[in-house]
Amino acid sequence: MNLHAKETWYRRLFAVTAFSTLIFLAGIIVTLFHGAWPLFREVNVIDFLAGRAWYPTHTPPEWGILPLIAGTMTVTAGAMLISVPLGVGSALYLYEIAGKEKHFIKPLIEILAGIPSVVYGFFGMAVAAPFIRNFLDLPVGLCAFTASLILGIMAVPFICSLTEDALRMVPKSFREASLALGASRWQTLVKVIVPAAGSGISTAVILGMSRIIGETMTVLMISGGAAVIPKSIFSPVRPMTSTIAAEMGEAAMGSLHYHALFGIGLVLFLMTLLLNITAEFISRRFRLKLGLTQ
Amino acid sequence: MDKSQNIRIRVDEVNFFYGPRQILNRISLDIFNQCVTAIIGPSGCGKSTLIRLFNRMNELVPHSRLEGKIILDGEDINSSLRNVVDIRKLVGMVFQKPNPFPKSIYENVAYGLEVNGVKDKLFIEEKVTDSLKKAALWDEVKDRLEESALRLSGGQQQRLCIARCLAVEPEVILFDEPCASLDPISTKKIEELCWELKKDYTIVIVTHNLQQAARIADYTAFLYLGELIEFGETDKLFTVPQNKKTEEYLTGKFG
Repeated sequence: MNLHAKETWYRRLFAVTAFSTLIFLAGIIVTLFHGAWPLFREVNVIDFLAGRAWYPTHTPPEWGILPLIAGTMTVTAGAMLISVPLGVGSALYLYEIAGKEKHFIKPLIEILAGIPSVVYGFFGMAVAAPFIRNFLDLPVGLCAFTASLILGIMAVPFICSLTEDALRMVPKSFREASLALGASRWQTLVKVIVPAAGSGISTAVILGMSRIIGETMTVLMISGGAAVIPKSIFSPVRPMTSTIAAEMGEAAMGSLHYHALFGIGLVLFLMTLLLNITAEFISRRFRLKLGLTQ
Repeated sequence: MDKSQNIRIRVDEVNFFYGPRQILNRISLDIFNQCVTAIIGPSGCGKSTLIRLFNRMNELVPHSRLEGKIILDGEDINSSLRNVVDIRKLVGMVFQKPNPFPKSIYENVAYGLEVNGVKDKLFIEEKVTDSLKKAALWDEVKDRLEESALRLSGGQQQRLCIARCLAVEPEVILFDEPCASLDPISTKKIEELCWELKKDYTIVIVTHNLQQAARIADYTAFLYLGELIEFGETDKLFTVPQNKKTEEYLTGKFG
């Protein structure tokens, strides 16, 4: 085969791989809408989103997913409170302070990212939940708080490495300029580098949030599973993801319950899509601000 | 005129290493007060490394090592008695590529004052205006101080960097090939500015451009492969170079 023909083939091959993503995405979107459609013929969207009771197997059944949305929100908010300070803090440490330590701390953080979520679930059930129950004297250890804690730790490596990337994208020349004006390293970090990386860091946080929202196995194991609007962070909750995972096996195929689970999937998808679009929008502004693109 | 009275920076037997590589080899030279001193030489000869020693910027480079002394106002700048922040306030720097912060024009100039603890808003405002005027940028930006500095042209950005540097009230200004990325008109403006600034400041400029050195410098140092080949008054160095290497470089035989 001559060189030119080879090149044409490579181009085609990679084009196919790239466009396959598009096909999968389209397939998923179509499936979600198609699966959820029968539900919305019987249940009004507002009742679905704002209904306060989720009783899919009662007669008559109730299809309100507000408790599930509240569960997801509670766990996500709690997890963010843990993962953002820890993730951004470790990134700042790795970027500015760490010397030789960096060579073992960074791989360790990355190992944290590689642990399967079911293992986090085990840890949560076997260690964190009993400890938290005893320590805080709660009726149950499997609750939103425990789930937040574990999910928060899971998101740390993700937020940390994206934040570190954002910091490293800030041109070295800003740092030099600041130091040459007599600023200390700390002032340079706080007044120049972090503001310049600001939208990159926001992107990291938003993508971390979208991950936490989508996490399933861990929350299924440790959030407690109660489909009620939580009274506090220490109540058991049932986030949207674990609802789908737990009930999909039981719901008869083609039943309204089955379609309602697709409906939840669709809502989840739209939520994370919105977050990802926001993140993309912010990160574009970030590159523009640093003069990395025109 | 007794020159020794007038020495601002004395470089005394300086060797500088990056890891095992020696970049500067036994350099000794004097920078005179309120003069423009140009440092010329082919790429990689250590020009930038040399001036980055004057405000201790090379400390940021890992595995670097300095031997010898750089004496500013009678004392070694690397002595433990001296604070790096004070030295950088006294010795300002303008870099090769314009590097304004992604902040407004005003904030860029005010930055140096703010990090040095100036709180008085009125004083900062005066200083910003004053510095922009000295850097010959005021007329072009006075109506858009709140705009992002990144929207200025390259030449304007470089003058903004000069204004930012002046605001801290340095006494010595280091220019590290300030015109390397600028067009001829912007270059001319920067050169005129250097000429103007030497009334109040001591200026050291690294340049690739021999004509530029000839036009603006009172003294010129020629560096080659980390060694100081020749140093003297610009007129003399350019018309009757003492060293054969200098002559070859000036006549374009290498470089």
